[in-house]
Amino acid sequence: MYKKQINTPLTDEVIADLHVGDHVSLNGKLYTVGDAAHKSLVQYIGQGKQLPFSLANQVIYYAVATPPPPGRIVGSVGPTTATRMDCYTPTLLAQGLKGVVAKGYRSAEVTQAMREHRAVYFGAVCGVAALLSRYIKSVRLAAFPGLGAEAVYEYTVADFPVVVINDIHGGDLHLEGRRVYALNQAT
Amino acid sequence: MRSVEAAAITEVVARLCEEASFVLEESVHSAFQKAYAAEISPLGKDALAQILANAALAAENKLPICQDTGIMLVLVDLGQEVHVSGGSLYAAINQGVRDASRRSYLRKSIVNDPIERTNTKDNTPAVIHCRIVDGDRIKISLMPKSAGSENVSTVKVLNTADGWEGIKRFVLETVDQAGPNPCPPVIVGVGMGGTMEKAALLAKEALFRPVEQKHPLETIAYLESELLDAINGLGIGPMGRGGRTTALAVHVEVFPTHMSSLPVAVNLLCCAARYKTMEI
Repeated sequence: MYKKQINTPLTDEVIADLHVGDHVSLNGKLYTVGDAAHKSLVQYIGQGKQLPFSLANQVIYYAVATPPPPGRIVGSVGPTTATRMDCYTPTLLAQGLKGVVAKGYRSAEVTQAMREHRAVYFGAVCGVAALLSRYIKSVRLAAFPGLGAEAVYEYTVADFPVVVINDIHGGDLHLEGRRVYALNQAT
Repeated sequence: MRSVEAAAITEVVARLCEEASFVLEESVHSAFQKAYAAEISPLGKDALAQILANAALAAENKLPICQDTGIMLVLVDLGQEVHVSGGSLYAAINQGVRDASRRSYLRKSIVNDPIERTNTKDNTPAVIHCRIVDGDRIKISLMPKSAGSENVSTVKVLNTADGWEGIKRFVLETVDQAGPNPCPPVIVGVGMGGTMEKAALLAKEALFRPVEQKHPLETIAYLESELLDAINGLGIGPMGRGGRTTALAVHVEVFPTHMSSLPVAVNLLCCAARYKTMEI
């Protein structure tokens, strides 16, 4: 299977070349941001405080890992549902965020905001958290240590496997996939 | 009267938590192998390959299959000829959840209150449903239930006139609107009849039935296959990437109901389908 090798932070040229359904291997930094860390980031932005880490051109991973067992740098860590973060996403995009790795639906408002800010939504397979942890080469606490498991961690990843769900050209894999394979409708 | 020590229950529950968290249920694993062979969507097939690779890796290394190690759902069939000694049954179950969460590095995902939301830091309390049954055994079925699939599950009391067509529409709409969010391929548990909470409990119990085991009543088994075909016709596919494997199975459980009532519940279980049963 052909995979595009992509380095993070992302550039506009790289993003322009990504299309819905592309298999992508991510290399570089991913920042884990769950529900609580999203809330904290948006609070910081609202108060005009400097963020504990820069979002400019970065990719965030909606994920909260299991604790690392002895001898491992990270526990099991797969993506969580993107829909819950929709209310926060436009604010982060305005800070220069260029990519999200997660699973599940995004609202129409968010996909439009992602197109406007030239950012891309990558889908990782959910429920394969032991496998995905193998692509994480190093882990560093980046922000909000008080949030425990929900703190922001900076993962350095190699060949992290994702698929482009929403590109900046208007493509949406969740809609297009169904169009191709549907035999009947719900109603 | 047979006596069972609370400590023995604690240890069984801890083992159930661990084995369920690390090992994909056997019938689910077989169903994924078949689905991988049958799936025509390349992106869907890639997701199924990752699910199978992950299952092998997690089982071999005793790692959680999914980072969402869930809220521990426990169904207890308590024989009326058995006496629990040396502690309370519910406290013993919660201690087992606590022990497994600590010693096996499960994620602590439970908050104390739906509004305040402070983490309890040990995955307790479990959600426990206890039934009194004949005999002197205790059967404990445990499912680490993930939020993604629980969050898109539905309960509705339909109009009696809606009948089977209405039920089918309600189930299909639930899966259709859920799309990629419950981490498909899912298992669909449907509960019909009883009262609102009885239907919900039937839907949950339905998830514990091994995949490919049909309902013993032929009429219900037919409805299950009709629903499965319609769900897999939606095209959602693995992870919502498009494909023909949206559900591995549909299990329907029924109960008598009020002449003026038609309660229906649809409970989804994600692709990291984890559950295990032991008897003491």
